[in-house]
Amino acid sequence: MFTRRSIAVLLIGFVFACMGWAGLRAAGKDIILATTTSTQDTGLLDELVPVFEKKTGFRVKTIAVGSGMAMAMGERGEADVLLVHSPDAEERFVKSGFGVNRLPVMHNDFVIIGPANDPAGIRTVKKAGEAFRKIAESKSLFISRGDKSGTHVKELKLWKEAGIHPEKQTWYQQTGLGMGQTIAVANEKYGYTISDRASYLSLKGKIDLVLLLEGDRSLLNKYHVIQVNPKKFPGVNAPGAKAFSNFLVAPLTQKMIESFGAKQYGEVLFFPDARK
Amino acid sequence: MDLILDGIIEAFRLIVTGDPEVMDITLLSLRISGSATLISTCIGVSAGTAVALTRFPGRRFLISVINTGMGLPPVVVGLFVTIFIWRSGPLGSLGLLYTPAAMVVAQTVIAAPIITGVTLAAMQRLPGKLRLQILALGATRRQMVWLLMKEARLPLLTAVMAGFGGVISEIGASIMVGGNIRGYTRVLTTATVMETGRGNFAVAIALGVILLILAFTVNYILTAIQQGRGR
Repeated sequence: MFTRRSIAVLLIGFVFACMGWAGLRAAGKDIILATTTSTQDTGLLDELVPVFEKKTGFRVKTIAVGSGMAMAMGERGEADVLLVHSPDAEERFVKSGFGVNRLPVMHNDFVIIGPANDPAGIRTVKKAGEAFRKIAESKSLFISRGDKSGTHVKELKLWKEAGIHPEKQTWYQQTGLGMGQTIAVANEKYGYTISDRASYLSLKGKIDLVLLLEGDRSLLNKYHVIQVNPKKFPGVNAPGAKAFSNFLVAPLTQKMIESFGAKQYGEVLFFPDARK
Repeated sequence: MDLILDGIIEAFRLIVTGDPEVMDITLLSLRISGSATLISTCIGVSAGTAVALTRFPGRRFLISVINTGMGLPPVVVGLFVTIFIWRSGPLGSLGLLYTPAAMVVAQTVIAAPIITGVTLAAMQRLPGKLRLQILALGATRRQMVWLLMKEARLPLLTAVMAGFGGVISEIGASIMVGGNIRGYTRVLTTATVMETGRGNFAVAIALGVILLILAFTVNYILTAIQQGRGR
């Protein structure tokens, strides 16, 4: 019987250890940051977050999902602060009272990538809408995120503006995955896709797809930080969210954001936006 | 093929140089899945033995439920655990979401039915007369149960291995309730998915190789215990 008792003791010990584990970083010190996959996949947050943690003593729990999912978490008060890139949805989010203090942090742009032989012939096209029309006309394979992320929302907007309804078309496929994985799928299937520049650059050397269209003004990609409204959700870590938001737009952080890409990718991945 | 080779080379480089981040991730995987397996073993072995040795109405139904539980999809478990422990959920005040403890809870929900099911099958396979014989020799009920467990230790260790294998390789629940937070809830499986998304295929393969080595080592130790004493 001794063994069974010792197992029970062990079990209880473990449960307490786990609780302590959780409790150690309990309320007040933890900030839940819901953000897009691009900020994590590029490694930007790995660079910024430790600096913030050291400076303030808060602990940031980065949950990298699409912008759509990040805002859904915000709408339930499950996140404290959002770093997202889906402007129209963000405005709705703030207007509905879920978020406060929406500030521009940085921008880059979306690019359209595709197979080097370019079956739709978009290489010479200047406008994203026209490129999408050509892809639709030639029925060339297009791989979509399909996950309500900022990139997906932008893509849907471009289709809409081009007057095309790609859903249910055989040449249009949705992955429901993050940007990196979606590029990988497009790469395997020789399809076209739209990506934020940062995600594309981080994969550039590893894929066969090439950049076919860039520089159209409609392809601008803006990132904003939004604090989840503490008046609506008393459970959110308002001081933590505020501190993180302030940190992102602080001049020193903005400088780090600007120099981040050069170190790893040889060009600027994110252009700081908070400097006036 | 180059990629796989690169991955394996990268795996050995990471192991040999003792890359601190990878070591932390590996240890965390072991701690979380080990804790979950231990708790599941306590629950599963007792529950499995209890159901195997008793007769009650609805028993067949319960066994069907347990057997179904052995195939619980981890994402579904992750979803339900998330709903329970997020801030607006019934257990929200505990602040468990995105903690290792939450991952232990989710993995326990996954492993417990597996261990219960295998235990149940193992105990039922023991000859029925053995119980009577033990009792006839004057053993108390507790002693009888203990002796039966000892008798079934081979398949019971298989149960533990199945449970551990189920959770160490699991990703859906871990990423949902843990969130893949660097240095806190990032385990081998979630890190592998992330590195794949980043296009670091060699690192992803390396993490996969380390996961396999870890699973193999744990199973080797358990097998040694099983076969060594089982002779």
